[in-house]
Amino acid sequence: MSATPVMTAEALQRHYEVSGGLLRKPNILKAVGGVDFALYPGKTLAVVGESGCGKSTLARLVTMIEEPTSGSLTLDGKPVLPSDWASLRKSVQIVFQDPYGSLNPRQRIGQILQEPLIINRPEISKQDREAKAREILSLVGLRPEHYDRYPHMFSGGQRQRVAIARALMLDPKVLVLDEPVSALDLSIQSSVLNLLVDLQERMQLAYLFISHDLSVVRHVADEVIVMYLGRAVEKGSKEDLFEAPQHPYTNALLSATPQADPANKKRQIKLKGELPSPLAVPEGCPFAPRCWKTQDKCRTHRPELGITPHTAACFFPENSDG
Amino acid sequence: MSLLRIRNLSVDFATASGKFRAVDGVDQDVNTGEILAIVGESGSGKSVSMLAMMGLLPWTATVTADEMSFDGHDLLTIGKRERRRVVGKDLAMIFQEPMSSLNPCFTVGWQIKETLRVHLGLSRKACHARAVELFEQVGIPDPERRLSAFPHQMSGGMNQRVMIAMAIACKPKLLIADEPTTALDVTIQAQILDLLTSLRDDNGMGLVLITHDMGVVAETAERVSVQYAGQKIEEQPVLPLFQSPHHPYTAALLDALPERATEKHLPTIPGMVPGQFDRPAGCLFSPRCKYANSKCKAEQPAPQGPELGHARCFYPLNTDERIAS
Repeated sequence: MSATPVMTAEALQRHYEVSGGLLRKPNILKAVGGVDFALYPGKTLAVVGESGCGKSTLARLVTMIEEPTSGSLTLDGKPVLPSDWASLRKSVQIVFQDPYGSLNPRQRIGQILQEPLIINRPEISKQDREAKAREILSLVGLRPEHYDRYPHMFSGGQRQRVAIARALMLDPKVLVLDEPVSALDLSIQSSVLNLLVDLQERMQLAYLFISHDLSVVRHVADEVIVMYLGRAVEKGSKEDLFEAPQHPYTNALLSATPQADPANKKRQIKLKGELPSPLAVPEGCPFAPRCWKTQDKCRTHRPELGITPHTAACFFPENSDG
Repeated sequence: MSLLRIRNLSVDFATASGKFRAVDGVDQDVNTGEILAIVGESGSGKSVSMLAMMGLLPWTATVTADEMSFDGHDLLTIGKRERRRVVGKDLAMIFQEPMSSLNPCFTVGWQIKETLRVHLGLSRKACHARAVELFEQVGIPDPERRLSAFPHQMSGGMNQRVMIAMAIACKPKLLIADEPTTALDVTIQAQILDLLTSLRDDNGMGLVLITHDMGVVAETAERVSVQYAGQKIEEQPVLPLFQSPHHPYTAALLDALPERATEKHLPTIPGMVPGQFDRPAGCLFSPRCKYANSKCKAEQPAPQGPELGHARCFYPLNTDERIAS
């Protein structure tokens, strides 16, 4: 890709200390254990994985809600340091999963939309602020009369539009979408996805799209990262990853995703067991205990991602050319 | 005769702002050994109709039906005591949220043994043996130890297995699974759906799967009933439903699936599901339907015949005439 990335992350890690008791040494929980990625304007990077794989922690790192334990994050070529967070946060906005919990029920829509400006751009006059809020409101497909309503008067899909509008108020470059459509019904989901596609084309936004729903990811993403226990196990372009998945976990995930086609009876890979506790990540390949291709090497050595555009952290990848 | 037979079931809720009809004239049959899926968006009344049958609705609900019978019991006139003997034994249900459906104050072993003790009157020893056997059947590793675990000590997938073990404890004739996998990850979802299908194969029970996920329906169900705003609008075996839906809503719903998309923009259904105050006079889907005309807006369509999937529509799709035109 020739364009310059708007945001890059290198070996991003976030560890939490989990207390094991009063006098015991705290355990280290590696919620995100080393992730690299680059976000490009007008492109969508999707992060998929099961619950507990660290994808929401990644969102918190990118939006500067939490400080990474190690690794570096750059925005527009400049390193992201906690001392500059206040000014940088304007460029990175987030839309949360639950449109019912993320809007203040006591504020009118107009107020919700203006709040980011009041806090971050106090120099803007009241009229300009209101005008901007109304403009964004129409941009996300809501009507002007919705400006004075309260969140409870809206359906889930409309609320999610309000949440998207709020995220756009500061003209961000990066929009983090944390499961933006998983709480919505199917008929509403498609219109919100369409809105996101339109907005991206119009404003050249870079999306970090976090989801567990592979059929949605397949529709919106350009690049995909598959995470497992805090680590990226495979990354590549959407076409490569869905057509020729290399990591066994990606394969299992794809085969477990139900397809709405009753005529297509596919071979299902059945994973045994469940996600291990992130406190006790297996030595070697984290996926080894559930993998059907495990060999001795997998249990002792940890595979790393390669440097090719489509790569998997696996010693015995499937569908690989070389 | 079918195992479960429901004719013209309606459920009204008394709310502060008046009566709200959550289920409107639903007919449903379930046979022994079949998997029926009920699909619909939130608020389409798919859970409420099954809860009404189980007698689990609060006092604000008024249930009316022409007929509601299960395995020779008339569920409309059944007494409380007798219902308790049937529900949980021959008629069991798995709820959506395993974490909040289990009692956090008791071990899962205690909770599963309670079912066995009450319905089958087994001795302590027999209860324990059966509980271990059930845990093994649903794929819980190390069952002896897991029996004395509390719900919070186990993951969502494990708790859902406990719920399933409890529901099948007395070998029910009909199992109702209300969104059994919505809260779970896809790899666990695949395991649970496999488990439910294999239980059906082994025990020959009827299975009603309530879901909103078309993918789950396509892979698991044999017959599908689509609900919209409290009405059953279409029912077909799974293959023809996906290949040639007759009701415009079913067709629009299938088109809106991201995996069926051919371009960047997905087809959408304009508007939203009618609520308590904006229920249309005619066909409930008419405000959102691209084929609707003045007749649709004025009159309620009656269900078509079985060859058209019982579609509640004046102008069903994918008929011979429509294809010809």
